[in-house]
Amino acid sequence: MLGNPEDKAAAAAAAARPAGARPASPPAAGAMIDVRDVSKSFGSLRVLKNVSMQVDRGQVVVVIGPSGSGKSTLLRCVNRLETVDSGEVVVDGRSLSDPKLNVNAVRREIGVVFQSFNLFPHLTVLSNLTLAPMNVLKLDRAAAEERARRLLEKVGIPDKADALPTQLSGGQQQRVAIARALCMEPRIMLFDEPTSALDPEMIKEVLDVMRDLAREGMTMMVVSHEMGFAREVADRVIFMDQGEIVETGTPEHFFSEPEHERTKRFLGTILRH
Amino acid sequence: MDPIVANLDFLIGGYATTLKLSAGAMALALAIGVLVASVRVWGGRIGSAAGGAYVEFFRNTPLLVQLFFYAVLFAPANLGLSRDPVVVALVGLSVYTGAYVTEVIRSGILSVDQRQSEAARSLGLSQVQTLRRVVLPQAFRTVIPPLGNLSIALVKNTAVASAIGALELLQAGSIVSSRTFRLEPLAGVVVAYLSITIPLAILTGHLERRLRFAR
Ligand SMILES: Nc1ncnc2c1ncn2[C@@H]1O[C@H](COP(=O)(O)OP(=O)(O)OP(=O)(O)O)[C@@H](O)[C@H]1O
Ligand SMILES: [Mg+2]
Repeated sequence: MLGNPEDKAAAAAAAARPAGARPASPPAAGAMIDVRDVSKSFGSLRVLKNVSMQVDRGQVVVVIGPSGSGKSTLLRCVNRLETVDSGEVVVDGRSLSDPKLNVNAVRREIGVVFQSFNLFPHLTVLSNLTLAPMNVLKLDRAAAEERARRLLEKVGIPDKADALPTQLSGGQQQRVAIARALCMEPRIMLFDEPTSALDPEMIKEVLDVMRDLAREGMTMMVVSHEMGFAREVADRVIFMDQGEIVETGTPEHFFSEPEHERTKRFLGTILRH
Repeated sequence: MDPIVANLDFLIGGYATTLKLSAGAMALALAIGVLVASVRVWGGRIGSAAGGAYVEFFRNTPLLVQLFFYAVLFAPANLGLSRDPVVVALVGLSVYTGAYVTEVIRSGILSVDQRQSEAARSLGLSQVQTLRRVVLPQAFRTVIPPLGNLSIALVKNTAVASAIGALELLQAGSIVSSRTFRLEPLAGVVVAYLSITIPLAILTGHLERRLRFAR
């Protein structure tokens, strides 16, 4: 199909900015996250410009890009913390623009981990984890606590169940936040710079948990500049700049042969240190 | 002390009425405050405007005038709801104090980081669940000192009910005082008010320390 150079150029252009025209054929059936030609403005500031991207079932996609390029906004559109101005986000076959959509039902299948952890400071670690299972899934306390303790074990802090979030280190708090999201048994996990508020020695413990998740086949969309992590587990890396997807490819592609000048410049800044 | 001892049952009856009026009005004011504050924050433009109108109206007119107004409004000639001045005072004090409580709770809600709601909604909690389980518990912690102050102000404001004929602490004390021409009953009234307000102040301080958490 990509026999002649013209086709190749066309395909590359389509991959870099597949937006302009809707893709003629529907995206692969496996797409868990399907962002279609999405635009979004805050006032007069255009934050997302005709962005299209997919994450297939079981895939890990890492999104990189300079500050203000719209990475967080894109991620937030996927669980409708932000609504889109035009285009459509389809998650597991359900359009988030559907007025009849039960947004809570969609959100309970999407775990989100934020840069600033956002644990509930008035609840113990255990209660942070059981809150949603008990109130949303209507699990009884025993079942919710059993699940919570299992997940605390998984993220390596089984002994902190009764602590308050403020009594934990940043790395521990972020692992609790991951466990809290996993307590809802989500089909998708979104991470927004999960390690960028952490001291270097704590970054690894969080990335280890994320790496395990990826290996277990979780569908993940991760905003992060941890290129080592991307290289190890990402199926694809997306580079965003000024509200556009500039370049998409495998991690290897980004390390060895980034195509666009903007991508090279950006990688230069994050890989230097 | 004679006049106090001689009229002890009468005075204790007034004291009990003041206690009931204070506790009842505070409970109702809290309910009003949580409800209206929620409407002000999450009720859209109309809810916010209606809640704001309630707050400004009742905060900016004298309590005494409001009580006179309800006394006539509730009288058999009008709504016919009640001619008991204690009931009228209970309603009046609740609505009046509710306006202050609304503003305190609203500021408490606004002091809770927006990201807390986002985290809760991302877990699939509904708006009401998020409010009840995540936002309000944190808001309450920050508003305990001002709520404590409001409850103390409310206890003192119950004295205004004597002006519409409620037989509460001040009314009882001044009846005994004017019958006997003695000062002790009124001095007793002062001590009785302090016996409510000072424990409230201590309780507020205690709760504040106990519920404080670092952010
Ligand atoms: N709620 C909002 N209201 C107004 N402007 C916003 C809002 N959220 C984001 N923006 C703006 O939109 C632009 C994109 O923000 P976004 O947070 O998506 O960028 P980002 O790529 O995640 O950046 P960073 O790496 O700093 O987190 C920024 O200029 C930001 O100031
Ligand atoms: Mg961001």
